[in-house]
Amino acid sequence: MPDQNMKILTVDDFSTMRRIIRNMLRQLGYNNIVEAEDGAEALSLLQREKVDFVISDWNMPHMNGLDLLKAIRADDNLKPLPVLLVTAEALKENVVEALKAGVNNYVVKPFTAETLKERIDAIFKE
Amino acid sequence: MDVSFINPFLEAAVNVLQTMAFTETHVGKPFLKGKAPLSEGDVTGIVGLTGDKHGSLAVSFSEAAILQVVSNMFGEACKDINDDVRDAVGEITNMICGDARRILAEHGHHFQAAIPTVIDGKGHKICHPFPGPVLVIPFTVGEEGMCVLEVCLTESDSRQGQTPKNSRLPH
Repeated sequence: MPDQNMKILTVDDFSTMRRIIRNMLRQLGYNNIVEAEDGAEALSLLQREKVDFVISDWNMPHMNGLDLLKAIRADDNLKPLPVLLVTAEALKENVVEALKAGVNNYVVKPFTAETLKERIDAIFKE
Repeated sequence: MDVSFINPFLEAAVNVLQTMAFTETHVGKPFLKGKAPLSEGDVTGIVGLTGDKHGSLAVSFSEAAILQVVSNMFGEACKDINDDVRDAVGEITNMICGDARRILAEHGHHFQAAIPTVIDGKGHKICHPFPGPVLVIPFTVGEEGMCVLEVCLTESDSRQGQTPKNSRLPH
């Protein structure tokens, strides 16, 4: 069972998606949530604050979700951080690329709070 | 226009509105858009597509429709078309486009998408970046809202030497 008090960073350039994910997380009992608008802002936040879990969109300007994931895995301090990627599509080559880069799981839009819960539970069961 | 390219967009729109906004939709009869480029809605998201074919997808909502959809998505009442609603239209367009591309890819058709642009205002015009027939699929959203999908797809060869008017580059 994941720690309900863990600090979760949600990353998306659309405020709508950040708001939807925040609402879903609150519905699931997670209230310690911080947000960033793109990968670059997220990375900067991660280097300043301790975060326990990252939920990031794939397609974003400046630094996309895959590049954020690669940056996290390349940083000795951030390397073990669990990352869930949110994608608008599920192309096999993208999934393979994300798995190679060390993603913990991914979820395809549109999704429900129940699907998000399943992904989070699966990550923290590992 | 080949319906195998159109149905995924419709399927995706119904799926996105049901899953993310808990909103029931009823699909109307599709028709080809005439010469007047007026939209059927008050706020529209439009996104350029490249790949097996080229073109664009527009998703246009009446004010009643989008306020209901966004209120459901956010779990709180939205009373007018503001920045939050415009952002939501962009993300809804993005999700419909992504879900449609996933379905199309299952059938061997591959597309890339640009970042959506959002337009609002009564009677605004939707100009698709590439020339070609535009199929309009109307549907009702909830009890009194209207939404239309406009799909414009042309053969890749037909765009040679032409520049899209208002789409952004794929990423």
